[in-house]
Amino acid sequence: MTLDWQFFLDDDGSGRTYLEWMLDAWGWTLSVALSAWLVAMVVGALMGTLRTLPNSPVLSRLANAWVELFRNIPVLVQIFIWYFVLPKLFPALQQVPGFALVVLGLGFFTSARIAEQVRAGIQALPRGQRYAAMAMGFTTWQSYRYILLPMAFRIIWPPLTSESMNLLKNSSVAFAVSIAELTMYAMQVQEETSRGIEVYLAVTALYAASAFAINRLMTWVERRIQVPGLSAASGGGH
Amino acid sequence: MIDLDFSFIDLDILSKFVLKGFAFSVELTVVATLGGIALGTLLALMRLSGKKMLMWPAVTYVNTMRSIPLVMVILWFFLLIPFLIGRSIGAEISAFITFVAFEAAFFSEIMRAGIQSIPRGQVFAGQALGMSYAQNMRLVVLPQAFRNMLPVLLTQTIILFQDTSLVYAIGAYDLLKGFVTAGKIYGHVEEVYLLAAVVYFVICFGLSALVRRLQARIAIIR
Repeated sequence: MTLDWQFFLDDDGSGRTYLEWMLDAWGWTLSVALSAWLVAMVVGALMGTLRTLPNSPVLSRLANAWVELFRNIPVLVQIFIWYFVLPKLFPALQQVPGFALVVLGLGFFTSARIAEQVRAGIQALPRGQRYAAMAMGFTTWQSYRYILLPMAFRIIWPPLTSESMNLLKNSSVAFAVSIAELTMYAMQVQEETSRGIEVYLAVTALYAASAFAINRLMTWVERRIQVPGLSAASGGGH
Repeated sequence: MIDLDFSFIDLDILSKFVLKGFAFSVELTVVATLGGIALGTLLALMRLSGKKMLMWPAVTYVNTMRSIPLVMVILWFFLLIPFLIGRSIGAEISAFITFVAFEAAFFSEIMRAGIQSIPRGQVFAGQALGMSYAQNMRLVVLPQAFRNMLPVLLTQTIILFQDTSLVYAIGAYDLLKGFVTAGKIYGHVEEVYLLAAVVYFVICFGLSALVRRLQARIAIIR
């Protein structure tokens, strides 16, 4: 068997080459993943925080329910519901582009996992941190904003790194609702050109490269935000 | 705005369309868990063997699998297996092979952590009793590693059960497909997605509640 990469320069029938199409698809993958990441981080941080509030049993229950709901349904089923079911139930959503629905689906799915990490991170802090904030006269909002969350996020940054990479990989389920991202591209071009192995190799390489880039980026941020001496693993002994 | 109508669903439809898919999803989960743990343990042992010849392939395999989306792995195997053996196999068989191979990478990381959680003294004690490497692993290290990692292994199995829905990419007939097929035939597409979500939710939520209880019990024993 010989690999033949020539077809990447062929026209796909709409005036662009298969290579250009693939780069477009890569762009879609990255846009879906990045937008969903923003949704997941904001909602996840909020839900994770609510779960640790000292005097709000109703809010923490709601946040717990949120996490269980979005964690126990397969992401593919969630995407289908966002794309096919919710617009039928709520006609206002029919004006929303499919891309945004998929972003919300992926983002909320991931937010449940991030909320779990955020909760764990806040609970890993010594109780004295919260008490110190109270003793300083901080409101609940201030103690989370200035004391608890900044510390918790530093603790959970490594698992957030792998969740971010998971999110990139999970963005591949968007193929199921015809978002023109990399997996969709791989399936379509495999059918059109019968050069499946070359197409899959290229797409797989792009996924691996993107995941690696996310890993490097998150590790760089991790080093930038680390508190000297907080973690034994952070190389504080130098 | 449409009105949802679940009244079309009856036992007949469930047993005709959904049961077959449910059975496949469960089978796939069980086979992938058992096969994945077996292969994963082997990979973990290779990785911890300290021999470059064994470590290097295991590390490469695990890292490769972990950096590719599962959907792409499913597509890869579906493309490559017929290519290698010269004849086509069904989507279902392909899914079994894919999931064992893919989950092995994840189970191997769990087993590696489990093996490393065993104090070195245990290994030394086994050696002092004159046990060979194989005996030491089989009788001393692995049973404890399994027990320590049981909650994590089961949690991974729940994730695995959810991931089986991704065989949608190659058209295998699983739980989700069973619901979708019934919905298309009877014209209730929206309802079946919700029903599928409820079934997955009940199963996964129930199982994770069980895992939490098990975790609490194990925590007391140790």
